[in-house]
Amino acid sequence: MAENPSLTKNPGLDSWIAITADGTVRVRMGKVDIGQKISSAVSRLAAEELDVAPARIVMIRPDTIDGPDEGMTSGSNSMEESGNAVRLASATARAALLAKAASVLRVDIDELDIDDGTITARSTNASTTYWDLQGDQPFGIPIDHAARIKPAEERTLVGKATTPLDLEDIVTGRHVFVNDMTMDGMVHARPVRPPHANARLESLDEAVLAKLADDGFTVVRDGSFLAIASADEFAVIKAARVLFNAASWTREPGLDNRDIFEQLTTNERMSMPVIDGVPVLDTPVPPPLEVPAGAKASHAARYERAYIMHGSIGPSAGLAVSRDDGLEIWTHSQGIYLLRTSLAELLELPPETLRIHHRPGSGCYGHNGADDAAVDAAFVARAMPGVPVLLKWTREDEHAWEPYSPAMVMELSGAIDADGAITAWSHESHSDTHVLRPRPGVAGLGPSRLMPARYLENPPAVIPPPPNMTHHGGIHRNLEPLYRIPEPRLVKHLVRNLPHRTSALRTLGAYANVYALESFLDELAAAAGEDAVELRLRHMDDPRARACIEAVASRIGPLDGAPDGYGRGLGFAQYKNAKAYAAVAVELTVDETDRVRLKRAVIAGDAGQIVDPNGFTAQLEGGFIQAASWTILEAVTHDPDGITSRDWESYPIIGFDNISEIETILLDQPDAPFLGAGEAVCGPTGAAIANAVARATGVRPRRLPLTPENLRAAALSA
Amino acid sequence: MPTLNLQVNGRPHRVDAESDTPLLHVLRNQIGLTGAKLGCGLEQCGACAVLVDGESRLSCVAAASDFEGKDIVTVEGLAQDGALNKVQRAFIAETAAQCGYCTPGMVIAVTGLFQRGPSPSDADVQEALAGHLCRCGSHARILAAIDRLRREG
Repeated sequence: MAENPSLTKNPGLDSWIAITADGTVRVRMGKVDIGQKISSAVSRLAAEELDVAPARIVMIRPDTIDGPDEGMTSGSNSMEESGNAVRLASATARAALLAKAASVLRVDIDELDIDDGTITARSTNASTTYWDLQGDQPFGIPIDHAARIKPAEERTLVGKATTPLDLEDIVTGRHVFVNDMTMDGMVHARPVRPPHANARLESLDEAVLAKLADDGFTVVRDGSFLAIASADEFAVIKAARVLFNAASWTREPGLDNRDIFEQLTTNERMSMPVIDGVPVLDTPVPPPLEVPAGAKASHAARYERAYIMHGSIGPSAGLAVSRDDGLEIWTHSQGIYLLRTSLAELLELPPETLRIHHRPGSGCYGHNGADDAAVDAAFVARAMPGVPVLLKWTREDEHAWEPYSPAMVMELSGAIDADGAITAWSHESHSDTHVLRPRPGVAGLGPSRLMPARYLENPPAVIPPPPNMTHHGGIHRNLEPLYRIPEPRLVKHLVRNLPHRTSALRTLGAYANVYALESFLDELAAAAGEDAVELRLRHMDDPRARACIEAVASRIGPLDGAPDGYGRGLGFAQYKNAKAYAAVAVELTVDETDRVRLKRAVIAGDAGQIVDPNGFTAQLEGGFIQAASWTILEAVTHDPDGITSRDWESYPIIGFDNISEIETILLDQPDAPFLGAGEAVCGPTGAAIANAVARATGVRPRRLPLTPENLRAAALSA
Repeated sequence: MPTLNLQVNGRPHRVDAESDTPLLHVLRNQIGLTGAKLGCGLEQCGACAVLVDGESRLSCVAAASDFEGKDIVTVEGLAQDGALNKVQRAFIAETAAQCGYCTPGMVIAVTGLFQRGPSPSDADVQEALAGHLCRCGSHARILAAIDRLRREG
C-alpha cells in the first residue's frame, strides 16, 4: 500500500486512540465531518478492530491543540488516510492490550478472548478489561504498520448499514453549528464587502460612523476591510447595510464582462501536455491531432461549463476571541492546520498561539467561505480584545464572495477505425486554478489566499497560482481517459486574468472533464454508427469498471429504447483513475418549456471495501442530486459592477420538483482497499444527463448548464 | 423597546425586541432555541421554518410581533418527554440528512404536512417542500421518509 501521509505525520498511537478509565475509547482524527459522516465510518472501524461496542467509541472533534494533523479533508482521501490510520491504530492498541492482559492473567495471548473490551482467559476464566489495563494511561508506542487487521470473514460491524452518529441531534435541533454557538459576552458581527472584488474603499461618511459608535456598534476598518459588531444580531444586520451605504468605493476596473468561454480560450495561459495523468512543464504541446489513415469516422467537439458555486445552505461563520496569550477560533474549515499556519503568517504570530477548533458547518463540498469567515472573525476579535465575536456571512456574502469552481472549456477530437477501435484521441481543457486553499508555501502564499487579507491596508501580494502538477490534480483531473486508447493527446491550459477567485469544489476539474469525455464518446459512437455502451466496453479492460457500466446499462434498458418523448444516457468514470468507480444511467424528458425533467436514475458504485452501505449509498445519491443540479441549472453570473447571482432566485439549485427515482447498486469488494466515495458519481451524472438530453431532443448539448436558454441556443446552432 | 409575549414549545416567553425583529432572531438569540436556522434571511431556503398554530411558516423575515398569541413550535419542541415525533423517527430510519443544516426546516415542513392528514398526495408533498432547499442531496431520502410515514398512516 502507498505511504499514508496521516501515519507518517502522526506515527504515535496516542495521537489517535486513548482508553479511559470509565470505559470509553476516545478516537481523534484530523479529518473533519462536512456532512459526509466520515467520523461515523471511522468509529465503526475502531469498534471493529478493538472488539468494543460501537457506543464506547467517542469521536473527538479535531483541533490544532492535540492533533493529529491530517492536513486537508478533501479529494475523497479520508477513508484511505484517516480510515486506514485509525484502523491500524486500533489494531495496534488491541495487540498491546492483549499482551498486557496475557502478562497480568499469566496466560498465552492465544488463550485470550475479547468481548466489548473485557479480556478473558479461556483456560482460567480470569478476566481483565481495557479500562483496568490502560485507563487514562498513554500507550507510548508507535502505530505498528504490520498490525493484524481483521479479514472480511471476521468482521461483525464493518460492511453493515448503520445510522450516522449525529442524526438524532440533527433532527431534534441539538446539533450545534458554528452559526449556533454562543458564549458569555459574545457579540455578533457581519463583514461589509465592497461592491465587487476589484473595488476598494475610498472613504466613509464620518457622521454615519459617529452615529453608529453612539449606538454601540464597533466598526472595524483596515484598508478596504470593513466589519461591524454589536451584541444584537439583527441590529448588526441592519447597521451593516447602513455602513455599506456610508462608504464610497472605487469601482474601476470592473469585472471583465466579455464572454467567459472566449476569455478561457484567448487569455494568457500556461499550456502543458499531460502524460499518464501528470502535466509536464517545459515541453511543447503536441501538434493538433491528424485523422489517422483508414479512419471510419472522425469527430471534433467543444464543450463548456460555466462558473458554479458551492452554495452551502448555511452561510459561512467563524467565532473568534483574542486574548493576551493568543487567538482562539472555532471554524468549519476543512483544513484547520493550514488555516492556522497561514493566519499566523499573516498576523506575524507564532502558530502555537492560534488555537483552532473544528465545529460543524453547513455542507461545504470543498473550499467555500469557511476559512475566510474565520479570518473575518479573527480581524474583528483582534479589535475587541477579550470579547468573543461570532461573525456570519449573509446569504449575499456567500453567493458573491465564496471562491467559485472555475468555468471550463473542453475541446475534444478523435477517430474510430473500421473495426470500431478508437485510433486517435485529443482532449484539451482550459480553466482557472481549482485549488486556491490557504496552503502555506513561499512567503505570503498562504496569507494571500485568505480573501479578507486582500483588502487590508497592507495586503499580502497575490501570487498567481502555479499549475497543479499532481497526478490527476485540478484542471487535468480525469482528463486522461480510463479507456484503452493509444497515446491520447492531452493538454492542460491554466488560463490567467479571469474575472473570479476560484478554488476547490467537489471533484475539481473531473466533473467537467468527464461530462465532456463521456459526451464525446457518445458523439463518436454516433458518428461511426456504433452502440455507445458497446464502444465503451470494447475499450475497457478493468473488470471493475466494466461491472459498473454493465450494471447500469442493463438496469436502464437499451439507450435507444426509451419511451416516446424520453431519452436515456449513460456516463462512467473512475475518479482520478484511481479512486471509486461510478456509472450513472438516467432517463429523462425535456418538457414543453425546454426544462430537463429527470425520470429515473440508476447508479452503480465500487469504492472498494464498503464500511457502511448506508453511508456509501447516501454519498452516491447526494452526489448525483448535487451534480444534476450543477448540470441542469447552475451558473454564476456577473456584469462589470459585480456578481449578479446573489441569492437563490438568481442562482437556482435543484428542488424537490425534479428528484427522480434513484436506484443504487453497490459493488462491494470486501478484501480490497477503501477508495473514497464522496466524489465519484458527479462527473458520470453530468455526462449521463447530457447524453440523455441528446437522445431525447436530437440536439447535442455542449454548454452547461442545460437551461432552456442554452438548449434553445444548441438547437438553433445544430 | 417593545415587550412581546410569545408562546414557544408550550411555554410563555416575555422578550424585548424591536418591532421589526424577525421571529427567527428572537427564537435563536433571546429564547436560545437555535434549532431553526438562518440560511438566507430572504424566505428563499426554508431552513428557518417553525410551526405556527400547526402550520409550517418561515421565521426569517416576518416580525416576531406578528406571532403574539399564536402557538409556536420549533424543532426542539417536537419531541415529547424525550420521545421523538414520528417525522423525526422517519428521518432517522431513512438517514434523511447529511450535514443537517436544512433538516430542522424539513422536519418542520413534513410535520406540518402530516398534521393536515395521514395521507398527503404527491401534490401536497411538493407544495409542502417547495420552499425548502437542500445542498447535500438528501431529497430522495426525505421523500422516502414521507413514503414511510404514509405507509404507517
